[in-house]
Amino acid sequence: MKINRRHMLSLSAGAALFSIAGHRSAWADVPAAEKRIMDFAGGKTPASGKITLTAPEIAENGNTVPISVNVESAMTGGDMVDSVIIVADGNPNPEVATFHFTALSGTAVATTRMRLAKTQNVIAVAKMADGSVFMDKKEVKVTIGGCGG
Amino acid sequence: MLSRREMLMAGAALSAIVGSGLAGKWSRVAAQQSLSEDDLLRFEPLGNVTILHLTDIHAQLMPVYFREPSVNLGVGDVAGLPPHVTGSDFLRLYDIKPGTPEAYAFTSEDFVALAKGYGKMGGLDRIATIVKRVRAERGEDVLLLDGGDTWQGSYTSYQTKGQDMVDAMNALAPDAMTGHWEFTYGTERVQEIIETLPFPFLGGNIFDAEWDEPAFDAYKMFEKGGAKIAVVGQAFPYTPIANPRWMFPNWSFGIREEQVAKNVAAARADGADIVVLLSHNGFDVDRALASRVGGIDIILTGHTHDALPEPVLVGKTLLIASGSHGKFITRLDLDIRDGALRGYRHRLIPVFSDIIAPDPEMSKAISDIRAPYQAELSRELATCDGLLYRRGNFNGTFDDLICQALLDVREADIALSPGFRWGTSVLPGQKITVEDLHNACSMTYPNAYRNTMTGQMLKDILEDVADNLFNKDPYYQQGGDMVRVGGMRYSIDPEAAIGSRISSMVLLESGEPIEASKEYVVAGWASINESTQGPPIWDVVEQYLTQNPVVSVEENQSVKIINRKS
Repeated sequence: MKINRRHMLSLSAGAALFSIAGHRSAWADVPAAEKRIMDFAGGKTPASGKITLTAPEIAENGNTVPISVNVESAMTGGDMVDSVIIVADGNPNPEVATFHFTALSGTAVATTRMRLAKTQNVIAVAKMADGSVFMDKKEVKVTIGGCGG
Repeated sequence: MLSRREMLMAGAALSAIVGSGLAGKWSRVAAQQSLSEDDLLRFEPLGNVTILHLTDIHAQLMPVYFREPSVNLGVGDVAGLPPHVTGSDFLRLYDIKPGTPEAYAFTSEDFVALAKGYGKMGGLDRIATIVKRVRAERGEDVLLLDGGDTWQGSYTSYQTKGQDMVDAMNALAPDAMTGHWEFTYGTERVQEIIETLPFPFLGGNIFDAEWDEPAFDAYKMFEKGGAKIAVVGQAFPYTPIANPRWMFPNWSFGIREEQVAKNVAAARADGADIVVLLSHNGFDVDRALASRVGGIDIILTGHTHDALPEPVLVGKTLLIASGSHGKFITRLDLDIRDGALRGYRHRLIPVFSDIIAPDPEMSKAISDIRAPYQAELSRELATCDGLLYRRGNFNGTFDDLICQALLDVREADIALSPGFRWGTSVLPGQKITVEDLHNACSMTYPNAYRNTMTGQMLKDILEDVADNLFNKDPYYQQGGDMVRVGGMRYSIDPEAAIGSRISSMVLLESGEPIEASKEYVVAGWASINESTQGPPIWDVVEQYLTQNPVVSVEENQSVKIINRKS
């Protein structure tokens, strides 16, 4: 068995800046999540590819669901990731986090944990420096549990 | 590669013993006298390496009766595909004649009559005989791999915290294992055992929950027959969801497909000629994984307890399903040359306990393990006039008995019993012993709770469990069967979406529909919540059996399947 090494920090070092979205009171619905993505994307429809969202299919603990995003990018010159937004379309506040990147980030990789109150889609959208946008989506199930085996 | 033909040949040879005149019900099959150990183990060797695969023994040291399911539905793309084929359909698909040893081993058809003729299956001493014979034939070039769910499921495994199985398996000397129910002994006990194992416990998908980094070795490289074979371990992905997470809070699991791909790539980079995934994912998950992750030559599947007489091929990946409870062991001969798998020969060997001679050393070890508990193990509790079994998507008679005990002893309106796939069968008229009872409920969180639940909560639970079983994306399936229900009936549409599968919930006692806002007294067991109050389930069932020394099982009509595809 391996001893835990604390390279969690290095994992998230690619994220130069991490901002938590502000509170809103109303429960989000899918249109709210879509609207936030549209705002972020500047009205463009995000394409698939470039961005990979990794999340569990079924959450072990809905209070702290680990996710990570990885955007294929040289992070130099014209091939730069500007920012990545994470949206959970069934949460009271759909906007979970926005990661901002610079050339000094080196890679566009970020890891965080989020609370998911119920089964829903987690959506990651990357905005490139040239304004193009890419999206990946994964359904994360929040289950009562038990009865397996 | 002619596993199909071999099976047919074996089938033809064996069916000749039974004779062609048998059709319908068999009161007695006398085939076992004519069938020999050599018949069962006959195998034309091939290539340079042999893999032996055992999985989901569920702590069954002794031979058992185990009835395979009569209902095992597949949804979406896998509807009607193995392993979602049962009974006479299974016999037709694999050209097995009714009444033959294979028909008895692989299906529920005429189970009681055939069980009386062909006897119990499994037993680790019989398995030891097979392992030793194969090792004698193939020398050092044998890999024995254990897919897990080995340490839990019997009275003695509970009493010894898994040590009985650890000792017996160590004597069998596997080369690697992975796990699932093993973790329900708790972090400390699991670590304590693993430190003593003379072979690796692999789990590439087990991560430290806090730091999200590998907690177990992902793979081990073996050099056999001049080839390098990487065995990658994949523990049950939903262990912390299906079982109590509080018992092993520092471990996170999950399918982690990207991690599997990374480990396969690392093994290839490390010089592996072939990659074997020793998996506890469940068959449908592995079938999906094989179609999505390249570079895996063989997946030794587990968890869902499927026994398939031949491999299922997905792209270039062979999927092997070796059954459960020690009923079968897979022999897979491999021809590995020039860095790749060039050929294979497969046989799922049915372990007929009356035919395969027990290995004396293992027999001695098992009886030594059991000696301190023998009086309790054989203590008789009651008799049942019908067959007690568990496997099947919706109900089993042993669960009907458990639910009846919960309703009666715990004075509840409704009983819930988890849809486990482990648990042995008891033939009609056979005494139900403490051992039989524990084979159906031995676990480390056995408390039988008694709570009130609203009708809505009951529906939510049924919907949730049904989605774990019938979600069309296998990655969202947990591999158990439907939760068993007593005191209530309902209809289920497996093909529907979550939230709309369950309908027509009716309280049996009153005949009234279950009301969403009304509260009902519910008794159940195996809650994954910490500090669940109540007596162990085996005490509840024993109390019921003491009061009802002769029990009957009636056909379960509490679950109606609607919109069922053929």
